[in-house]
Amino acid sequence: MNFRAIKVIYANEMMRFWQTFFQSLASPVISTALYFIVFGAAIGSSIDKIEGVSYGLFIVPGLTMLSILTHSISNASFGIFFPKFTGTIYEILSAPISFYEALLGYVGAAASKSLILATVILFTASFFVELQIAHPVWMVSFLVLTCITFSLFGFIIGLWAGNFEKLQVVPLLIITPLVFLGGSFYSISMLPEFWQKVTLFNPVLYLVSGFRWSFFEVSDVSVGTSLMMILVFLSVCLAVVAWMFKTGYRLKQ
Amino acid sequence: MNPIISIDNLCKTYDTGFEALKSVSLDIKEGEILALLGPNGAGKTTLISAICGIVSPSSGTVTVSGKDIIKDFRQTRELIGLVPQELTIGAFETVWSTVNFSRGLFGCKRDEAYLEQLLKDLSLFDKKNDELRALSGGMKRRVLIAKALSHEPKILFLDEPTAGVDVELRKDMWAIVRKLRASGVTIILTTHYIEEAEEIADRVGIINNGELLLVEEKDHLMASLGMKQLILELNEVITSIPELLAEFNLELSENGSSVTYTYDTTEGGANIADVIHAISEAGLVFNDLKISQSSLEDIFVDLVKGAA
Repeated sequence: MNFRAIKVIYANEMMRFWQTFFQSLASPVISTALYFIVFGAAIGSSIDKIEGVSYGLFIVPGLTMLSILTHSISNASFGIFFPKFTGTIYEILSAPISFYEALLGYVGAAASKSLILATVILFTASFFVELQIAHPVWMVSFLVLTCITFSLFGFIIGLWAGNFEKLQVVPLLIITPLVFLGGSFYSISMLPEFWQKVTLFNPVLYLVSGFRWSFFEVSDVSVGTSLMMILVFLSVCLAVVAWMFKTGYRLKQ
Repeated sequence: MNPIISIDNLCKTYDTGFEALKSVSLDIKEGEILALLGPNGAGKTTLISAICGIVSPSSGTVTVSGKDIIKDFRQTRELIGLVPQELTIGAFETVWSTVNFSRGLFGCKRDEAYLEQLLKDLSLFDKKNDELRALSGGMKRRVLIAKALSHEPKILFLDEPTAGVDVELRKDMWAIVRKLRASGVTIILTTHYIEEAEEIADRVGIINNGELLLVEEKDHLMASLGMKQLILELNEVITSIPELLAEFNLELSENGSSVTYTYDTTEGGANIADVIHAISEAGLVFNDLKISQSSLEDIFVDLVKGAA
């Protein structure tokens, strides 16, 4: 195992984050504050409590998920796409490291950035609502698993994407709608029965539901199902990455 | 002595069906400078990319220091440094951070003293804290060399190191290559400039259409490749070469308006002045002269014809 290589890839990726520290953090802080002002204070004040949780508090896990899903994907996909695009990937390919070691560096950094982001969002949220976390260990576990899984997913997109447009397509056209329609800002019990069943096909529902349970012990689906679904998605991503590495897909001709 | 790199029947066919390498076999000796000469698209870059791990060979084997490049990729890649043809380099990192990154990627411990000396040797030390995007093309190429040498490799691949660089930098590159060779590094460089091969290589391999046409000691090859022609445009049309000029084996053009003298640059220098003097003595007056050298393409054609 080439630990030094993993370390330098990780550090190099994190360096980009620290170099734009203010920009990296100001954006989520401002958007979180805006969501709380609009949904929590303005609209939320006229919405009843959902399963005993005020609306402002109810949206905290969904809001956090929205940010970490999109940022995990964009950070990880950009991290591997950019060296491919500029050609500097030659250095990774000719170094004495396996693809999996490179993966640890890239995905580890993307997941770390998302964890920092989640912490900042939760911290910002604590200024607007009285944050309560019923199961902190589960909350951190769901958070870490989600960051890793979606960073892996982003890595896959970064390998697949042949241009910048493709890089943006999945987060913008697939992930964002899925997050909004996956019960991030509402409980699916508020939907008509037919749409409740349709929503069960949305994988993001399980992430948000499990994550919300760790805060308020309120969930749309059982916590076991949520955990299983995220592990299934993680396994699928790992299988796709393994296939890509085995075939050298878009990495090595 | 065992070769440091041994290539055996290496083939590479891309997904498009393009055969970039056709059964290439080559042994590279430790400590030598081998120049791989060939036109664009000949397969030079594919060959070194396959050895370095950037391209997967379709068939054949390559060993580096006796180890297989696929099974023992860690050991083989540790020995190799690669300077790519394109200026593929980041933008926002500093020179210092990028060379440290490269060293770490190869699993080496940080060694500030070594890297500082390396940057000094490459005249990069005063640019140490500059961002890569602020550097000139020549400086970027030096940074690529520094990155390739950051892990103290035993073998260095230089892919078209002087393509598009000015004369001064080209000479600097040659000096760097010689210095590296003196320190025991084996150097393989690709080029399409004969002069470059002539200047620094010990052996020259000629590659075209994915085939290694020959590998020769440079001195031997240059003897057969170093032919030049002096062409004199005459004021008057003549029908035959005067007897006085018989010793120079001049060729008369079909229309009799020019004579061509073919000479070998490697044989102690042809005395063109003698030829011109003799032509004047013979009463021929010329109004223009030009010197031409066989193009690489001509040489390839000759080589292929010779092999057929």
